[in-house]
Amino acid sequence: MGKNDLIGGSLWDHYSNKVADRMNNPRNLGEISEEDAKAIGARLIVADWGAESCGDAVRLYWAVDEKTEKIVKGSFKSFGCGTAIASSDMMVELCLGKTVEEAMKITNLDVEKALRDNPDEPAVPPQKMHCSVMAYDVIKQAVAIYKGTDKEALDNQEMVCECAQVTLSTIKEVIRINNLKTVEEITEYTKAGAFCKSCIKPGGHEEKKYYLVDILKETRAEMELEREKEEAEKFENKSFFQKSKMIQAFFDAEIRPMLQSDGGDIDIVDIIDKGDTLELQVRYQGACHGCASSTAGTLYFIEGKVHEALSDKIDVAIV
Amino acid sequence: MNKIYLDNNATTQVDQRVMDKMAPFFVEKYGNPNSLHGFGTETHPAMAEALNSLYAGINASDDSDILVTSCGTESNNTVLKGIFIDYILKGEKKHLITSQIEHPAIRNTCEFLESLGAEVTYLPVNDEGIVTAEILKEHLRRGETALVSIMWANNETGLINPVKELALAAHEYGALFHTDAVQALGKIKVDVQDTDVDFLTFSGHKFHGPKGVGGLYIKEGLKLTPFFHGGEQMGKKRAGTVNVPLMVGMGYALDLAVKALDYENKEIRRLRDKLEDAIMSIDDTIVIGKRELRTPNTILASFKGIEGEAFLWDLNWNGIAASTGSACSSEDLEADATFQAMHVDADLSHTGVRFSLSRFTTEEEIDRAIEIIRKTVERLRSISSTYR
Ligand SMILES: Cc1ncc(COP(=O)(O)O)c(C=O)c1O
Repeated sequence: MGKNDLIGGSLWDHYSNKVADRMNNPRNLGEISEEDAKAIGARLIVADWGAESCGDAVRLYWAVDEKTEKIVKGSFKSFGCGTAIASSDMMVELCLGKTVEEAMKITNLDVEKALRDNPDEPAVPPQKMHCSVMAYDVIKQAVAIYKGTDKEALDNQEMVCECAQVTLSTIKEVIRINNLKTVEEITEYTKAGAFCKSCIKPGGHEEKKYYLVDILKETRAEMELEREKEEAEKFENKSFFQKSKMIQAFFDAEIRPMLQSDGGDIDIVDIIDKGDTLELQVRYQGACHGCASSTAGTLYFIEGKVHEALSDKIDVAIV
Repeated sequence: MNKIYLDNNATTQVDQRVMDKMAPFFVEKYGNPNSLHGFGTETHPAMAEALNSLYAGINASDDSDILVTSCGTESNNTVLKGIFIDYILKGEKKHLITSQIEHPAIRNTCEFLESLGAEVTYLPVNDEGIVTAEILKEHLRRGETALVSIMWANNETGLINPVKELALAAHEYGALFHTDAVQALGKIKVDVQDTDVDFLTFSGHKFHGPKGVGGLYIKEGLKLTPFFHGGEQMGKKRAGTVNVPLMVGMGYALDLAVKALDYENKEIRRLRDKLEDAIMSIDDTIVIGKRELRTPNTILASFKGIEGEAFLWDLNWNGIAASTGSACSSEDLEADATFQAMHVDADLSHTGVRFSLSRFTTEEEIDRAIEIIRKTVERLRSISSTYR
């Protein structure tokens, strides 16, 4: 926010000349018929994406050479605003001469970059990025038709922000790693939501499967749950009975086998709750019993182990 | 190529006569009207004349108030927030009624007041796009509804609501009635006494006056907590040094607009109808709302298979300014609230293009616009993937 946001209404000023030019004179507009495709020994693919009711719809025509799998001819038709038409036009151009596999790698960012007048200046304002996304989606749809699969099968990642190409797993990871608390922070870290803003919350330009507000809420809730669980796992937060069981189990698993290997052993005689601390009363058995070092060295060692594994609020006493 | 301006519902050209009338109050007679000295008092006659024009322009009684505000938006905010403070915050009432087709100056303010605890009902329109008294009565609650705010004429469609009947219904249930008449003044006759409205909003720049000045009519005897606290201007009802030139300009602009109403109703209507007939003669186009129910200057058309912003783009390249309520850049999925409220086919919801004329629109301009619209439809339908 600031000086640049105070005037508004200058949307079209932020279109590159290439966008304006392709809106006014699209190069790759039109249809390809079955006959056209046959005449050049190619297979016709017609893919539709979007809907009138959403404000954007595009139809892509490809003539794909049967042998080389190269897109030898392409064209489009579009229901959409100027940037949608210009993006579709550029998208077709980027497909031409590529194999279907290569075309599948074209993203909306490639389309947008190709429309720039100058490499450092975006071709369209942020809220128009979703138009280039349409162009990218329709390619995937065309590939799916070509391969006889579902478009979803090609979407190997759950995409949340199509404009900036940010996936669900990336967003969740960034929230966790950076302990993000607001949607603005997510946008700052990932660029998700910086463009058309549809993915921020319901009611935006497009309906989405995932929204940043929900992802944030869910991830924060998951983090909170994990924290609570971790907290609950902590020795300090257990009941006296649970604590006693944990101490016994720890002794059986870690301490006694060590002493037993030297022919000795140790028993827990009692555990006394002293308010702030627990007093763990033990008695040596076997070889350890009466051994001089057991009172000092071994005791010190056992206490260290107990502190490390359970809590430093446990005092070990020989009785 | 001369440009053609067909976006007069967005704003209008200031009438040169209005400009001339305002001019002396910038450099020569620049006094503060509240000063005791001559610089201040020499502004008073022109201010009084402006008030006379404003009062006459909407037929307000001398005992009522017309506050000069900074815009239509301020007037709307003053009423809604004032009522909220006076009735809802005090716990006397809790409910507001407005409609689904209001301008954001009403809609967003109501949503804000909802967040502060007001209950708000957003009335639907009937099949013809009109908010009727029958619809209103279904939602009025005696003793609970503090205010009903329904626009006089809609900015997108030009459809005119039955303000007199709506005010009557509101009063029957003990509610006050406000109307946003920003799109009505200068286009149709507006009479606050005949319609018995309690509050009415208008804005100077919609009838060939300057931007940044508006008005709020408050019926005699009604109290409304001020929006601006400060000095004692506007009878202590709206603080802030009065913008004398703009007030003078708005007053004179309304005077001229009222005098031009007959012309508006005959000549502009004729030109509008000519343009509308031409649009309707193109296949697969519709115009929203019956002609006789609309202000005489407005057409909201839908061209099947053409996205609204693309249409505006082509028009703009050909020198024509029009507008769309459904810009594809809009962050709002509910692109055209009016289309939705009127249950227009969802496939058309992004195809709206609004043409709005003024008394400065000429026949030649309309003829040229018709030609360009036809070409635009042809070109964009040849691009369209959804038009057969
Ligand atoms: C119906 C309606 N109400 C309110 C406004 C806002 O008026 P202003 O621009 O003076 O704030 C407008 C103008 O766009 C309008 O059309």
